[in-house]
Amino acid sequence: MSLQLEKSQQQNLLEVQDLKKHFPVGDQGFFSKEKQVVKALDGITFSLKKGETLGIVGESGCGKSTMGRAILRLHEPSSGRIIYEGNDITQAPKKELRAHRKDLQIVFQDPYGSLNPRMTVGAMLSEIVETHKIVPKKDLYDYVCRLLVEVGLNEQYYHRFPHEFSGGQRQRVSIARALCTNPKLIVCDEAVSALDVSVQSQILNLLQRLKKEHQLTYLFISHDLSVVKHVSDRVAVMYLGKMVELADKKDLYDNPLHPYTRALLSAIPSTKEEKKRERVILTGDVPSPINVPSGCRFHTRCPLATDKCRTEEPAFNEVSENHFVACHFA
Amino acid sequence: MEAKLEQVLPKVESPKKRRMKEMSARFFQNKLAVAGGVFTLLLILMAVFAPMVAPFSPSHQDYAKFLQSPSASNIMGTDELGRDIFSRIIYGARVSIQAGIISVGIALLLGIPIGLFSGYYRGVLDEFVVMRFTDALLSFPPLVLALSLAAVLGAGLQNAMIAIGIIFTPNFIRLVRGEVLSQREREYVTAAKASGISDVKIMFRHIFPNCLPPILVQATLSIAAAIISEASLSYLGLGTQPPTPSWGAMLSMGQGYLKDAPWISLFPGLFIFLTVLSINLFGDGLRDALDPKLK
Repeated sequence: MSLQLEKSQQQNLLEVQDLKKHFPVGDQGFFSKEKQVVKALDGITFSLKKGETLGIVGESGCGKSTMGRAILRLHEPSSGRIIYEGNDITQAPKKELRAHRKDLQIVFQDPYGSLNPRMTVGAMLSEIVETHKIVPKKDLYDYVCRLLVEVGLNEQYYHRFPHEFSGGQRQRVSIARALCTNPKLIVCDEAVSALDVSVQSQILNLLQRLKKEHQLTYLFISHDLSVVKHVSDRVAVMYLGKMVELADKKDLYDNPLHPYTRALLSAIPSTKEEKKRERVILTGDVPSPINVPSGCRFHTRCPLATDKCRTEEPAFNEVSENHFVACHFA
Repeated sequence: MEAKLEQVLPKVESPKKRRMKEMSARFFQNKLAVAGGVFTLLLILMAVFAPMVAPFSPSHQDYAKFLQSPSASNIMGTDELGRDIFSRIIYGARVSIQAGIISVGIALLLGIPIGLFSGYYRGVLDEFVVMRFTDALLSFPPLVLALSLAAVLGAGLQNAMIAIGIIFTPNFIRLVRGEVLSQREREYVTAAKASGISDVKIMFRHIFPNCLPPILVQATLSIAAAIISEASLSYLGLGTQPPTPSWGAMLSMGQGYLKDAPWISLFPGLFIFLTVLSINLFGDGLRDALDPKLK
């Protein structure tokens, strides 16, 4: 087992094992005994190969962003393991973690909130480069300017404040920030969702180009199925804090096995008349992550649900090569 | 950091200067702020060069002309011991301005780091030590607290300033902490963490500048309050010791003669009022000028 594990870990940049993140909610008063938790992440297992893009899709509130942040330990995971290049970083002490942050970066959704309004772009990027001692001090300015050029800005922007940029430009700055430590993995947390469609495609192209040039690995989180289809090599579908399906992009989009995936895919608007899929309409709302349904967590809305689904939780099995599904019917 | 940046900017020297220029331009557009700044500056100059400006010595007593109303030789009149009020106000500016600035300085020096750490790390230390301690301090009437602190430390201007600084500290702790609590949830802080920047740098270089505007306003208001507190302590004999003049002491001395010689209290009161007003206007203007978002 150990040999096998070692081998797989050599190829895998990142491995996530049974990752959980529970947030305590409600009255945490001194006398209240019952402690409620939101199970934002309820056991996620997957691995990420060097150089691939794994797309994560799901409705809002399904735990996509929590997962991205828990992997970077911006949220401390409640349990589970995060293994980066063979090192378990789940419990890594602060100092060690800060060193790892060099390799693991993130681009946030909101280009307005994620840049410090009182810092110029140059100061912000230089600080990070200095912190990780990427280049000697005398080359700092040139290095940062080169980065700005690389993301489609230029030297002039060095002394500007975030409010002097447009949304798309800010996202370019965010990408430059993620890039400035020469990372290996970038988590794109809804990186293009807040942008106009035309700007979206520019940013997506930029991300694709940078990936090639820097041999990056992306964890691409989005609720936009067409965007995910465009950028990903593999796609995972999440529902209520768990992965329900994970497969190669083509496999997943052509042959979805989980009823939830089918419903999601059928909701993609299409311009081609003849290709229209049969719509699967889901009824009801996503159940509360505080009271997760028994058995299969999707049974409350699933058109195929049986008694077995209501009591027994399906395992996340590999049904065909590289195609994982958590459903009794797959 | 700015200074370090400067070193690596061989070709461009302008952007930082440009920003400074923009800032000062914005400041000078605000006429009230300029007026406040000019008056404050005049006061400080007056205090520094008191011996040259004042027509009389502040402790020179002329029993021939006590309680005289304003005239050509004593433009603000004389007090019950025949001392020239104008000269005493000029010398008193030394004490009052010093008291205002130093005691607020003490409060800022204590309040900002404590508020930053407590708001940033939260937890038990914040909730049960820092916050309860500030609550306890705030639950005393400020003057009573300052009085007992000054009494413990001993009478004198220096100790009065320390006492006033300490009673203002909880306000700053709470203010800074509250601002930090709202800023630390902002995404730019998460982003800075994700970039591997240390907590101390996040606190002082990222969060603190974003908390600055309300702190500036509170600080200028507190300078005014500190001048008045020093006056109260002096009145009670725990601040400046006579015969050293301070505006507060003069104000309170005059109250016995309010009916017959109102100028004894009127002029120190007027100066306290004008100083407080101009420092506030100046602070407001400064806050607006420092905001990079305003153009």
